[in-house]
Amino acid sequence: MPKGLLGRKVGMTQVYNAEGACVPVTVIEVGPCVVLQVRTPERDGYSAVQLGFDDKPRRLASRSERGHVAAIGSQREKTRQAAGVELLTKPECEPKRFIREFRTEGDSTEYAVGQSLGASLFAECKAVDVVGTVKGRGFTGAIKRHGFSGLCASHGVKKAHRSLGSTGQRQDPGRVFKNQKMPGHYGTNQVTIRNLDVVKVDEANNLLLVYGAVPGHNGAYVIVRETNKK
Amino acid sequence: MRNKLIVVAEQSSLRADPIEFEIGDTLDVHQRILEGDKERIQIFNGVVIARSGTGVAENFTVRRIVAGEGVERTFPIHSPKLAKVVVKRHGKVRRAKLFFLRGRTGKATRLTERSDKVTKSE
Repeated sequence: MPKGLLGRKVGMTQVYNAEGACVPVTVIEVGPCVVLQVRTPERDGYSAVQLGFDDKPRRLASRSERGHVAAIGSQREKTRQAAGVELLTKPECEPKRFIREFRTEGDSTEYAVGQSLGASLFAECKAVDVVGTVKGRGFTGAIKRHGFSGLCASHGVKKAHRSLGSTGQRQDPGRVFKNQKMPGHYGTNQVTIRNLDVVKVDEANNLLLVYGAVPGHNGAYVIVRETNKK
Repeated sequence: MRNKLIVVAEQSSLRADPIEFEIGDTLDVHQRILEGDKERIQIFNGVVIARSGTGVAENFTVRRIVAGEGVERTFPIHSPKLAKVVVKRHGKVRRAKLFFLRGRTGKATRLTERSDKVTKSE
């Protein structure tokens, strides 16, 4: 059982829990996720399910993307069929924008191509891991990027208040060491936030409320999976 | 405009019985306080000087004078710990934020009672 879904970060808000305390939550729209493919050890060498989330208009989808989700009567399909090759079953849905695979242990026979998964998958789940892409910050100084303190505001500091300071020693070693923290591009990297408590599962609206913050901007795609952290 | 899904997510945390008051009203705010395992009600009396926020994060600020010192408390409207709110007096005001009361002391802090609204007597 992979216990993972694709979703979209809706935004943050707050809710009151059973004790009447105010809890900061991120609302994640998980699903409907359609099973696009089922990987089996016999055919693919491993077992997994491939999920798709968020419809992509057909006019924007490439021919291969359209052919991935529905039979489009391509030449290759016809020749393979004529040669007696068994074709894959297609989910017969709209093309998807966000497609990822989740490894399953053992067999993935409980999933069928075309099946739709939603928030109910997490109904029994206590905590989840959320994988997302951090907001991009562009070319950033050392203070924001690495948490440096900067230089003094006074005491004769001139035009270098947010400078990173010294980057090395003198003639020995005479060079800057590798991995020296310096200004540069910051953000748009993938980050996994582990063990976020599930505050609420709204199965009717496919919403998942998790405690605290999740990487990325509102509307960003995220991968949500049940945590294996003890 | 607020995101529709955020509104849906907040729905269950909104209070079922909306509390009604206006800016300038003098209120008794009944708040549940948990002491050990016993619950009791604490009442804070004062004038509503502001209301802020939207959805589940909506708050109101009540000001009163305690021992000659101005005290302001902000309550989340939708908190389950807020038991009830009793309007004691309707004040006649012309603005949404009564921050001008902060600079006033004594008799100057009084607000005229509204003639169009009869105050409930308990």
